[in-house]
Amino acid sequence: MANIFLQPFQFEFFRNGILVAVIVGGLCGLIGVYIVLRGMSYIGHGLSHAIFGGAVVSFIMSWNFYLGAGLWGFVAAVLINQTVRRTKINADAAIGVITTASFAVGVALISRYRRFTQSFDAALFGNILGVTTQDLWVVSAVAALIAVAIFLIYKQLLFVTFDSEVARVYGVKTEWVDTFFALILASALIASMQILGVTLIAAALVIPAISARLLTDSFNRMVILSTLCGASTGFVGMYLSFYIDIASGASIVLLQASGFGLALIFSSLRKRASQRIVHTHL
Amino acid sequence: MHPLIELRQVSFGYGAELALENINLHLHPGQFAALVGPSGAGKTSLLKLVLGGLQPNQGEVYIHGQLLDGQPNPHVGYVPQLETIDWNFPVTVEQVVLMGRIRRSTIWPWPSATEKRQVRAILEKLEINHLAQRHIRDLSGGQRQRVFLARALTAEPDLLVLDEPTTGVDMRTAENVLHLLADLNRQGMTVLMTIHDLNAAAAHAPWIICLNRRIIAQGRPEQIFVEEILNETYRGDMLVIRQDGMLFVQQRPHSHTYHAVVPDPVPGHEE
Repeated sequence: MANIFLQPFQFEFFRNGILVAVIVGGLCGLIGVYIVLRGMSYIGHGLSHAIFGGAVVSFIMSWNFYLGAGLWGFVAAVLINQTVRRTKINADAAIGVITTASFAVGVALISRYRRFTQSFDAALFGNILGVTTQDLWVVSAVAALIAVAIFLIYKQLLFVTFDSEVARVYGVKTEWVDTFFALILASALIASMQILGVTLIAAALVIPAISARLLTDSFNRMVILSTLCGASTGFVGMYLSFYIDIASGASIVLLQASGFGLALIFSSLRKRASQRIVHTHL
Repeated sequence: MHPLIELRQVSFGYGAELALENINLHLHPGQFAALVGPSGAGKTSLLKLVLGGLQPNQGEVYIHGQLLDGQPNPHVGYVPQLETIDWNFPVTVEQVVLMGRIRRSTIWPWPSATEKRQVRAILEKLEINHLAQRHIRDLSGGQRQRVFLARALTAEPDLLVLDEPTTGVDMRTAENVLHLLADLNRQGMTVLMTIHDLNAAAAHAPWIICLNRRIIAQGRPEQIFVEEILNETYRGDMLVIRQDGMLFVQQRPHSHTYHAVVPDPVPGHEE
């Protein structure tokens, strides 16, 4: 049994991969809380696609992937925020237009320069084999910075997420908080792209958060549960990926979806039990 | 002494059309004023100008004699319409009330002992101390209104601004909320609220401001609740009844109204 547990660790790619999966899973779980509560679940899906466009452009222009794609994602997130704030367009429509156009830029460039199609398969679907020690350091640094940033603006972020318009009245610089959050989100997506892939990041952002929401009515507990759920499914998902030989992103997301199913059953049973108690007391 | 709030020749519009036109308004410390007018009269826009959430197209807004220049008003506690709140959001009463202290709070995510003590004191004052750890969804209409009032008071404001505090609650709860505001006003708090229920405004607010794009009139209820002023404000046919020192306002029904709503009897079922 111990052998099954330890055997994969003899491979460097697995050691790097599992560490990154745990960090990225926890990070997505943490940020997902704010995304889900703001009713912007679609933004993770959209922005990851937008970043794909940025990744392709970075490759062609020989820019640093993290900087190029990160900046691209950040600009896309700010554009979405500003479009929603300054026009009558809803968030889902703004996300649809801006991120799909950005993704289309990537697709257009790939079809024009066919030579690097293979390397972008990893970006689309996630690939643990591609995680280098340098990636591990970058992801760790990004996660640490994001955790500190959220810690420092925890109260402001909570107020803006709860009621942005009123938060402004009470002196919260909501535009700054929104822009800062866009930067955090873009950084997290870049960090997650290698392990989860563009197509599955959205699920990793949303599923732990909604599962945690089903289990608790406390914001603080939701943050902790969602982060733990993301990190633990990252850990177990990597083992599944190794032993069943499936893509890492898919195994992590499938595990999270199973967790969501369990949370759903648990919350339904709890609701039914509490209704029964009320009934008995009436 | 400067007025607490002063609007000088303020005009505001969301496009070409003006929602508010040439508004001159003073609100002095200790006043309790109700802003009344039909839907679309510009009541919420006026509140937002006072809050610093909107900037006038023309004119100026002053707070304690200082120009409010597109910045949130730091002296105000705001209670939004309850209908705008997401009641499923995972927060407790205490967390919501703590939000009111955001300007003075520490950098740490958790509240300090002093913050907790202050919040407890306000919850106690509003008699909802026992609800501190309750989820906001599990509260009655009156309790919900008190929670958001507590959040506003936690900001230690000079002025309380309330947007429709009696909308969406039953008559008794509305009465309780207005009594509570009157109590706070007696303790020195300046109050400005919008309200649709003219009878409640007449009974509880000592100062009424009639608004319909411009200020039609302002004064004590017995000065304001006269048919000429209300007809001009609501552009309708209003009826004012005075009985036992109380004022009642009602819109006169159109003579054909009842004919329009009574259905024809079903054949074979005539009485």
